[in-house]
Amino acid sequence: MATVLVLLERRGGELKRPSLQAVSVARRLAGDGGRVDALALGDGAAGAAAAAGEAGADRVLAAADPGFDAYAPETYAAALADAVRESGCEIVLVAGTAMGRDVAARAAARLTTGLLSDLVEVERPAAGGLRGRRPVYSGKAFAWEAVPEARPAMATLRPNAFAVVPVPGKAAEVVPFSPSAVTARVAATRIETPPRQELDVAEASVIVSGGRGLKAPEHFSLVRDLAQALGGAVGASRAVVDAGWIPHAHQVGQTGKVVSPSLYVACGISGAIQHLAGMSSSKVIVAINKDADAPIFKVATYGIVGDVFEVLPKLTAEIAKIKAES
Amino acid sequence: MKIVVCVKHVPDTEARIKIAADGKGPDLSGVKMIISPYDEYALEEALRLRESLAASEVVVLAAGGDEVGASLRQALAVGADRAVHVHEPALSAADPLARARALAAALRAEAPDLVFTGKTGVGDDQGQVGPMLAELLDLPHVGGATKVKVDGGRLTAWREIEGAVEIMEGALPALVAWDKGEHEPRYASLKGIMAAKKKPLDVRKASDLGVTDVKPLVVRESMELPPARPAGRILTGDAEAAARELARLLHVEAKVI
Repeated sequence: MATVLVLLERRGGELKRPSLQAVSVARRLAGDGGRVDALALGDGAAGAAAAAGEAGADRVLAAADPGFDAYAPETYAAALADAVRESGCEIVLVAGTAMGRDVAARAAARLTTGLLSDLVEVERPAAGGLRGRRPVYSGKAFAWEAVPEARPAMATLRPNAFAVVPVPGKAAEVVPFSPSAVTARVAATRIETPPRQELDVAEASVIVSGGRGLKAPEHFSLVRDLAQALGGAVGASRAVVDAGWIPHAHQVGQTGKVVSPSLYVACGISGAIQHLAGMSSSKVIVAINKDADAPIFKVATYGIVGDVFEVLPKLTAEIAKIKAES
Repeated sequence: MKIVVCVKHVPDTEARIKIAADGKGPDLSGVKMIISPYDEYALEEALRLRESLAASEVVVLAAGGDEVGASLRQALAVGADRAVHVHEPALSAADPLARARALAAALRAEAPDLVFTGKTGVGDDQGQVGPMLAELLDLPHVGGATKVKVDGGRLTAWREIEGAVEIMEGALPALVAWDKGEHEPRYASLKGIMAAKKKPLDVRKASDLGVTDVKPLVVRESMELPPARPAGRILTGDAEAAARELARLLHVEAKVI
């Protein structure tokens, strides 16, 4: 039995799903008779209570000051540290998003406590605190780490590594909350969404990636066509990102994004160690490459040794046929 | 304007990772060590700010044992003006807060206008030191920046968030934790490598900076390699037959479409 605090991430008033996943993990760790508190910041904060309640939260600490509408790591971290005192929690969980990673680390320094990053498994030991498993070396290995003594024990959770477990009909009590005022010296002023709404590889359940084997940037259309047929995102190897064929946001690997979709299709990618580190935990891996000795085939569930220029258009057509029939 | 770039000494991203005998960390024997790639992007952007005359001095800073000196010399060779090494072997394996405290102690003495770090040190992949440093130094920060503009004591930074780009603005001093920037890190020239030998590399004992407590709050229990993937199946036949069979397997057997 424990009190667990979760930071809720809201963007444009909308509650981000990884935060709800964190609330459900908090419910499990809090146990019977434990309490789950969730901190919501900004105008309309109390509006988070319904969704947070259904994911398992008992209370929403609602700091509705519109000063929180503009994201600033310093004010968010200070508010989270204040909420820790208000809640009296033993554990703090934060979704490991761009925002969550920032805020959790600042808050841990402010509270002089230990933070476990990017967990894919988490549990509360009998003696209290937290222990969890996380990928290191971008997934080339996994480590179990713990915060045995420092309190609150903190962790960020890898988005989509945990499920939202609905508690139908459960409502969270709204507790108005006023963190001590901290002025933001650097804050978010605007968000630019790319004109063509592309699915981000970090959030996609299907990814089709292209590499050097495509020979020229214009041939990425073959990868895009297959991604579209599958309803997936477009990824890329480091080699083609470095060559300027496609922006870094698409890069999968140790210096790009580490992904674990249900289907990963590698097209013309040889499988350098740093690329394999970023995708080899995918559920199903398809490799299409001319070179039968390419390392990518070692991690592939299905492989085709062949020319991407011949295989991709045919595969796209076959997939489209199946999608149309089902 | 002074920029201090914090760099971390890490295993090459192309290195194969083996588990050490204690079962808790990597066996780094024979592994090539490099400056963490995101720190290299940070250094490149700092050097460009100096070249555009927005900055006057670029200092590199690292914490750890003797081995860290190699990364500092490398940073001097590509163009940093001088280096500071917070020397304490225990820091090489310390947790992020301990490392952030050591770096913060050195940074207080430097009082820079901008502190640059990478968004994460590749390997440990925690991404904690940058934001923690900012908190310890009471500086605002931007995490995961891909571009910055510095103009008259004002900072504008672009950072990638899930599916969008967030623009952050405010006043210096500040800390920026870099994602991949717009410019490829430069290589050290022979001239740069020679010049680096004469540049100041100030080695300070962590205890002289008042850093004594490096007891970790986060402890590593074990480290293991990921489970091996079951052997895959190579589909044969011409492109058309193989593509048809693959689509069928994805639909019927793997059930992912």
